[in-house]
Formats: sequence, structure tokens, C-alpha cells
Amino acid sequence: MHRASLSMLAACGVLASLPAQAADNDLKALREEIAQMRQAYEQRINALEARLIKAESKTDNADNAQTVAQQTAVQQNSDQQNTVQQAAAPTQSNSFNPEMSMILQGSYNNLKQDPNAYQITGFVPTLGEVSPGARGFSLGESELVLSANIDPNWRGTAILALAPEGGVEMENAYFESLGLGNGFSVKGGRFFSSIGYLNQQHSHAWDFADAPLAYKAFLGNQLGDDGVQVRWLAPTDLFLEFGAEVGRGRTFPGADNNKNGVSQGAVFAHLGGDVGISNAWRVGLSWLGSSPKDRSFDDTDSTGATASNSFSGKSRMWIADGVWKWSPNGNSTVHNFKLQGEYFKRREDGTLASSACGACAADYNSDQSGWYVQGAYQFMPHWRVGLRHDALKSGTVAIGLVNSGMLGFADFPQLAAHDPKRNTAMLDYSPSEFTRFRLQFARDDSGIGATDNQLFLQYIFSLGAHGAHAF
Amino acid sequence: MKRLFFLFLMTLSLAAHAGLKVFATVPEWGALTREIGGKHADVFTATGGLQDPHHVEARPSLIARARNADLVISTGAELEVGWLPIILRNSGNPRVQPGQPGNFEAARTVRMLEVPTRLDRADGDVHAGGNPHIQNDPRNILKVGEALTARMAQLDAANAAEYQANFKNFTERWKAAIVKWEASAAPLRGMHVVTQHKAFPYLYDWLGIIEVATLEPKPGVEPAVSYLAQVMADVATQKPRMVIRAAWNSPQPAEWFSEHAHIPAVVLPFTVGGSDQAKDLFSFFDATLAQLLRANK
Repeated sequence: MHRASLSMLAACGVLASLPAQAADNDLKALREEIAQMRQAYEQRINALEARLIKAESKTDNADNAQTVAQQTAVQQNSDQQNTVQQAAAPTQSNSFNPEMSMILQGSYNNLKQDPNAYQITGFVPTLGEVSPGARGFSLGESELVLSANIDPNWRGTAILALAPEGGVEMENAYFESLGLGNGFSVKGGRFFSSIGYLNQQHSHAWDFADAPLAYKAFLGNQLGDDGVQVRWLAPTDLFLEFGAEVGRGRTFPGADNNKNGVSQGAVFAHLGGDVGISNAWRVGLSWLGSSPKDRSFDDTDSTGATASNSFSGKSRMWIADGVWKWSPNGNSTVHNFKLQGEYFKRREDGTLASSACGACAADYNSDQSGWYVQGAYQFMPHWRVGLRHDALKSGTVAIGLVNSGMLGFADFPQLAAHDPKRNTAMLDYSPSEFTRFRLQFARDDSGIGATDNQLFLQYIFSLGAHGAHAF
Repeated sequence: MKRLFFLFLMTLSLAAHAGLKVFATVPEWGALTREIGGKHADVFTATGGLQDPHHVEARPSLIARARNADLVISTGAELEVGWLPIILRNSGNPRVQPGQPGNFEAARTVRMLEVPTRLDRADGDVHAGGNPHIQNDPRNILKVGEALTARMAQLDAANAAEYQANFKNFTERWKAAIVKWEASAAPLRGMHVVTQHKAFPYLYDWLGIIEVATLEPKPGVEPAVSYLAQVMADVATQKPRMVIRAAWNSPQPAEWFSEHAHIPAVVLPFTVGGSDQAKDLFSFFDATLAQLLRANK
């Protein structure tokens, strides 16, 4: 029926655009033709309606009858209408709009310790949003994702993080090549670095409500620099990928140096494959180097006053990561299991200046590490349980200002020797691909002498275009 | 020595260029490509017959295989939307990107059923292009095969004649098999069935089987026991003969229904490799019909 009226409309359009001096005879002929078309369609529709009634009386199930009728309708008309459809196909100016989706997140948090006083003792604060969030009900970051192919060679993606307190942060905005050939890919703009395993994934795809402690302490949650990435995939049946990134060092461990050239760079290699049809794995090794200048953090000195400290020098980090996924016969619908772990090792070398003794500065170096391992098991369709263990080692930290006696350890309470630990358990329920509810409990020893019991009740909804998730 | 080296290089490059490297997302298209390509097609199938094609992990091994493929054959109609785009984008292979000759979507060649008249996620996991499980109608296999043969001939002109000959041969055997299947399936015409997931509309359309209900309240949504009981009460008067599920569906709903409604539960292979008997396209349909006929006795 729609098709008929559409073609009528198209025909009317044609009529309207005809020059006014067109012969009356032609108009008449056209009108007659349209009248005939209408008659023909009405007859056909009547016949179909009759069939529909027949079909309805045959089966009690109304839905069923409709599908049958629809199918017959499509079958009947498809051949004759093909030409009509093509002529009347609407050319909408919005057909090329990007794929759009929105992620809604929020949670109810019950935290024993004050989240505003949250710190990971023993580690230089990253200035990232690493605290467990507000107490009580709170809205998480809403993400607006826009992506589309730009032309045959490029694809663009923009991810806007809408903060609950207002304001928009450009989380990701990048272009990527659609196959340069010979296994090469290029990406540029602001994107999550491919170092480690979890770094590239967006928080809504994580198996826990928050990032592992190692990510919080060493990357300020997640590394997303402004820069360029080149990757090369080896022509082997085993997955072997190499990549390099250069950037400006916008966020931790960088300090957004006001400097030309490259301030932060990373290289990484990934190796992956299958064991039978039920198992898949990937391991990786990454190196991240940064040269922050005046990377500052506030601390409380021995007199109780706020002191501003700043680090300039080199930050070098290795990450080893591995993930293994199991699902019987590769079918993850009923049961599946995922095990992942990462190990971080960082060395920082440079000078640390403090306002606690005027603008004094002296050598600073640290050797620190951290790791986590986590598993998530789907024990029945839509339900998963997960466990995670986090551990950080504050290792050796040599502060020249302390060694020379100008300041004491008490002037750097945030760098006090402490090995943070955390254990986390979670249960999540995903009634559909677009919905997830999660209950998570963690016992967190991040801050020295302040064990925190954290309870999260979280929701994640995704609206719009169906996203594809990386391994 | 030099000549030997050149000879070696030549054979290497010959080996590399002889025929087509094909990446098939699901087993049915892998099997079909083997029928058409014969010895010239090096076929990799990304998933197994017991795998839910809606939920596939973008495994590293798949990215590695897509990197070297000359042709990626998928069902399309959004069936692989959750993983194939990632694979293709990470493959660094321009030949198989959407819109290129090396990217073939089977669903474009057949008449789609259950095309939704409205698009709303409230209706569950619906596909805008229609129900994507087209392989359960053997007539669709022929339509896809015809278009696929043309595409393979286009990509690998050197072996075009052989592809066409292979497909001609396949078509003859396939048409004979359809006649045989249709004859043996005559008792199934008009039979009422209950299905767990909307996985078989093309099979029912072909054999004239009537689906009176599905166990999933919406596509992709797992039913609760209360809902199953409701479905059982609703269809009691229509006397379904059996409850059908695909091999990759979770077994509980169909088993519950079978036990309480006292009708047999049938597990259909759904694709090549979906059961021990379904070894290739022919035995896949043999096995499907055998299961239905046995339950209908």
C-alpha cells in the first residue's frame, strides 16, 4: 500500500515539474495511467486482504498469519514492483549519517573510606580519576560514540565522554586506515594506546566496574594520548602484530610538555592463536617511554601544609599481558571463561623539586611494579561471576631531598613505602547484549592504614548502533 | 645455482597466486566455496557448526587469516555485526573491506524473510535486513552459489572456467537432491512446530512447516519457566508435533517444553558441522530431514 502511494507521489512530482504549457492531452493520458495503476493496486490489495482474512481464520495465532501474509505480499509484488521501487527510492540527505550509539552508566556505591581522600600510597599520584567514585547513587560517564567510513580508505571515530557534573571531554577522536595493504594500519588523533591488554578497551567493556590498581597507579586509569600509531600484521596464520606510537605525552606518565617533537612513545608486540576450537589466547609485550617535565603532584609536608612537588626526567615502563578465553566448541552462549593478567614494571629517573623547602630539587629515582590477574566465568546464559586480585610493589624509591637531609620521609607521605593490595568479586547479569547489571565487592588496601570495603551496584546500557568488541 | 633460485622463487609465487584464499565466516559458506573452488580454493572457516553465529569472539587467529584472504564471504544482514567489522579493520587488508570485490555477502542474493516493519530493540535481537539464517533453505544455497561463482570467477579469472564447471556440476547434483528431499519431506507439510530461537524460518518456508510459537519471548532473550508454561498453554489447541532448537541453543528451554508438553525435542544441525552426520552441504540437509521425519513418526 505504501509503495503504491509512494509511486503516486513520485508521479505527482513528475507532473508538477512538467512545464505549464505541456499539452492537455499528455496530462490526461498520465492521469488515466495513474488511475489505472491505482485500480490495479487496489485490486491487488483487496485480494491480499482476502487472503489475510483466510490465513487468520486458518490459524489462531495472529502473528503467524501476518508473517505469512507479509511473505506472500512480498513474493507477489516483488517482481512487478521492482522497477517501481527503484524509481521511488527516497534519496534522503541523512542516509550517510554516522553510526551512533550512547553508553549510559551509573552506580550505587557504598564505600567505607572517604573517596575524596583516596590514594594509592607509595606511588606518585597520576592526577587521573582513579578514586572509586562518589558515595551513594551516582551517574557514571555517559559516552556518545559516532563513527563512520569517511571514504574508501579511512574511517573516523569520535567518542565524547559526558561527565555527570557537566562538561564534555573528548575521550577519543581518531581516524584509522581501512587496510593500507601488506598488513599495515595507521591511526591518528586521540586514541587509547594499544599497550597492555585492557588499555584499549572502553570502561563499559571491562569485566569489573573499575580498572585494575596497576592501571590506576601507572597510567592514571587509561592511556589516551594525542599522536599517531602504525601497526603491522605479519602474513602468518599465527597472529603476530607489531606496532609503534608517538605522541605528545598529554596525560600521565607524560606531563604535557610545552615542546616540539615527540614527548612520549610506545612500541608493542602481540602474539595470538587458538588451541582447538574451544580455546583462544593472546599475549603481548609493550614498552612505554615518556619524558615528563615538571609533572607535579600535591602532598602534605611534615608541618601539615600543602606542598607542591614536581618531577622532571624519564619514565620507562614495561607491560607483559596475556588473555585466554575458553568456550565449549567455541560457543560462548551457555558457558565461557576468560582469564587475563598483566604485569607492569616502571623505572623513573630524574629530579624531584619540592615547595616544602623553597624550590629545592635533587635526584629522584624509583623502581616499582604491579600486577593483577582476573577471571570471569559465565555459569549460565546471561550470568557471570568474576574474581580479581591486584597487587602493587612500591619497590625502591630514592628521593635525593630526603637522602641529603633537606627534607624527611614525613614530607612525602604519599610516597611512603606501601604495597597496595585489593581483592574483588563480581556478579553480573546481562539480559541482552545491550544491558548489564553488576554487583561488585572489593576489599581495597590502596591507602596505607585505611582498608576500604567497596560495594558497587552498577548498570551499563548501550543504545543505538550495535558495537563490535575486540578480543 | 642462480637459475635454480629463480625457479624456486617462481614456484613460490605460483603457489602464492594459484587460486583463492577464502575466509568464510560460517561453515555453510565454507562448504559451498569448497564445492565451487575445488582444489583452487584455500578455504578457512572462522566458526564451527556448534557455535552461536550471533556471539563470536574477534579472535586473533581470525584477524591473522583475514589479513591474507582474497575473499571474505559472510552471511551479512547484520549476522556478523558484532565481530566481523573489527576483524576486517584490524586485518590491514584492503581487498576484503566492505564494498570491495573481495567482500561477498550471501544474504544480498536471496529473498529475505521476516524483514521487520519497525526497528526497535524492544523487539529483541532483530536484524534490519531480515532473518539472516538463510542457509536452511537449499534453494537459497543455489542462489548464493551462483553469485559466489561469478565473484570467484571475477577475482581469479585464470580458474574461472573451472569454477563455473564445478558449480554446474554441483547444481545438477543439488537439484536432484532437492527433488529427493522434497519428496521425503511431504509428510511434514502443514505440520505445527514450536521453535526455541527463530533460526529456521527458511526451512519452514521451504517445507511448508508452520511455526506456532517460539520459546524465546523476543529473539535472543532467554525464556523463564513461567513464560514457557504460558507458551505451552497458548499453543495447546494447535497441537505442535515437536519442539525444535539449533545445536548451539542452550538445551534447557526445549527440554523443559518437551518434558511438560509431551512432545519430542529435536536438535537440528543448523549448519554444516552442527551434528556428527552433517559433514557437508548434502549430508547437512539429509540429517536435518532425518531428524524431522524421525520425530514426526
